[in-house]
Amino acid sequence: MMIKSSRPLMAALAVASLAFIGTPALASGGTEHPPAQKWSFSGPFGTFDRAQLQRGFKVYKEVCAACHGLEKLSFRNLYQPGGPGFTEGQVKTLAKEYKVKDGPNESGEMFERPGRPADRFPKPFANDEAAKAANNGAVPPDFSVIAKARTYERGFPMWLIDIVTQYQEQGVDYITGILTGYGAPPHGEKIEDGLHWNRYFPGNKIAMANPLVALFDDAGKAQDANFYTDGTPVTREQVAKDVAAFLMWAAEPKMEERKQTGAKVILWLIVLAGLLYFTKKRIWARLGDAH
Amino acid sequence: MSEHHSTYVPKTGIERWLDARLPIIRLTHDSAVSYPVPRNLNYWWTFGGILMFMLVAQIVTGVVLVMHYTPHVDFAFSSVEHIMRDVNYGWLMRYAHANGASMFFIAVYIHIFRGMYYGSYKAPREVLWILGVVIFLLMMATAFMGYVLPWGQMSFWGATVITNLFSAIPVIGDPIVTWLWGGYSVDNPTLNRFFSLHYLLPFMIFGVVILHVWALHHVGQNNPAGVEVKNYAKDTIPFTPFATVKDLFAMVCFMILFAWFVFYHPNFLGHADNYIHADPLKTPAHIVPEWYFLPFYGILRAIPDKLGGVVAMFASIAVLAFLPWLDTSKIKSGRYRPTFKIFFWIFVVVSVLLGYTGSQPTDKVVLSLGGRTVLDMVGFAQILTAMYFAYFFVVLPLLGLFEKPKAVPASIADAVLGESKK
Ligand code: HEC
Ligand code: HEM
Repeated sequence: MMIKSSRPLMAALAVASLAFIGTPALASGGTEHPPAQKWSFSGPFGTFDRAQLQRGFKVYKEVCAACHGLEKLSFRNLYQPGGPGFTEGQVKTLAKEYKVKDGPNESGEMFERPGRPADRFPKPFANDEAAKAANNGAVPPDFSVIAKARTYERGFPMWLIDIVTQYQEQGVDYITGILTGYGAPPHGEKIEDGLHWNRYFPGNKIAMANPLVALFDDAGKAQDANFYTDGTPVTREQVAKDVAAFLMWAAEPKMEERKQTGAKVILWLIVLAGLLYFTKKRIWARLGDAH
Repeated sequence: MSEHHSTYVPKTGIERWLDARLPIIRLTHDSAVSYPVPRNLNYWWTFGGILMFMLVAQIVTGVVLVMHYTPHVDFAFSSVEHIMRDVNYGWLMRYAHANGASMFFIAVYIHIFRGMYYGSYKAPREVLWILGVVIFLLMMATAFMGYVLPWGQMSFWGATVITNLFSAIPVIGDPIVTWLWGGYSVDNPTLNRFFSLHYLLPFMIFGVVILHVWALHHVGQNNPAGVEVKNYAKDTIPFTPFATVKDLFAMVCFMILFAWFVFYHPNFLGHADNYIHADPLKTPAHIVPEWYFLPFYGILRAIPDKLGGVVAMFASIAVLAFLPWLDTSKIKSGRYRPTFKIFFWIFVVVSVLLGYTGSQPTDKVVLSLGGRTVLDMVGFAQILTAMYFAYFFVVLPLLGLFEKPKAVPASIADAVLGESKK
């Protein structure tokens, strides 16, 4: 091949095409970057930790659901493959705990009935105005895709390295950060009523009060040491990570299927590329050129 | 090529019958089997086939997406999530389509730089080159409108910023913007027309691609030596099997890169903000276009005057169409132009850096001395913009007059022989 003479062309174009790529969207003026956590679902062979998703769901249901919706999800998603791995029976029982508005019936009236697996998660507020009224003027964002809707700037050269390492857990790292980043504002910083200091929130002033106070006392000790039924220690970090992992699944319920399909596709393509390479060599050998 | 005569011989009665009525098998045979290609093409020449593949991939995944997508401001975002969650392999279709757009642009940029390095725009390939610029423009319009469809925050604000550019046109600017929007802001009518055009334009691209390939097959391919075919027997080889198998190999390698992003890093090339539903009342902290628009966005923002910026941005693309006449050198291939080579690589770096400036806040400090800002991002982008245009209007016209080129091989066959002796 004539690759020899065009090697600089190849190298520069590779750099050029890569250097264009990727410009982190969320600005975080003066805000700290959340630390990177270890996740079972990172990397090409990552899978969700079922027990962790179940714990995370418990945190969501008992703490966050009061304010944050999950409107793109149905109860049935909880027993789909690649998810928290609840049984269909468990989900039926769970759905029944919710009252769902249905109708109209034969007499033209709306009525309430117990939830079914096919129902969507009910919204915590009737509309944004109601949400604002209950939360000091701020709307708690829906959780369906939040793990993909938050990021922080990786900067050069990290984003380039991320292509190879497949690091893409900015969203869950950020959510974990938010839940563990509350504290007193630094000296001289004023904080308005209804806002709270958070190290990792862009601008540092977040309208959500620390939601985990419901689970921990001021010293950081769990109110209920048996909050988790699988023996996992109930610490702030653990709870934050569990709910973040659950939100990652909620945002990307087909992640396991995607990565597993990917492994097969890429393996198949590599084999095909190898076969084509040798076929090409054989065919071009007929020419006797330097190819 | 024009002097190349058809070698198709119909073998069966049916083929003979059809050949006398619609010589479509002959056409296919002549353009994809016996078509003579220069024997010295390198792997940079495989990107044409890769682009063809990407166009078809975008159309196929796009048509499937449309079956489940709802072009309405209240449902678009949800319908994309529906595709991701409930449609069988919907996640694959959507991620392949979204990343496919990026792959399409990676391939087209390599294809364009290839042409610029080997002088593929020079006579007799001017029309072929201009058709390529037209395809590039249509691709940009298509991708821009496609990005609006999921109706996330970047969709909405990107559409607002870019359509607003037209308001820079004196007198008729504002009416044009209102006309583009179909109202007084980016709203449901805008989404609907973008959807309609996003479906239409890829087929127009397809049409121009046919012209592009027609022109290519008429004048023949350029090649790394930049000398024209003189002796068919010595200088060329039949497209099939030689180019076919090589193109296939390159295409599969490219698909591995494509698959890497689709299956393992599907949101890397996108923006997190586009997973937030469009909100006309909330401007994102940074409105950044997709990566493939960044160099042009960098040029747009480099010019402090709005109209000037818009003109510079469009000029930076339009200037490509004039390349055949701006480059005064008679030598095609950069391989035999030592000074050109240096400027070419500077141009590549300048283009990449322009992309970088487009991705950064304009007031970011690039260089400071003793606490004083010497150069901010706008200033940097201005220098780069000047260098970008200087390549076309100063370097290329003058180089052809002053540069001392190296000896060019007498023929393609000579170039190949020279290569194998090394
Ligand atoms: C009392 C209501 C309430 C509860 C309970 C609550 N939140 Fe929030 N949350 C809010 C509000 C209000 C905001 C909007 C904050 C803002 O924009 O400043 C918010 C915002 C957030 C954000 C987005 C921050 C950003 O970057 O915009 C995350 C993440 C979050 N909450 C996580 C949680 C988690 C996890 C839980 C459960 C452990 C939870 N919240 C429980 C009210 C609540
Ligand atoms: C030149 C070829 C094409 C390019 C470059 C292109 C580009 C894009 C881009 C960048 C998006 C946004 C993806 C996202 O971020 O979610 C998009 C979305 C979309 N495109 Fe295309 N597209 C092409 C062809 C087509 C065709 C031919 C169709 C239909 C026949 C189509 C239908 C759609 C639909 C329905 C969406 C919205 C769903 C989504 O956002 O994933 N596209 N396109």
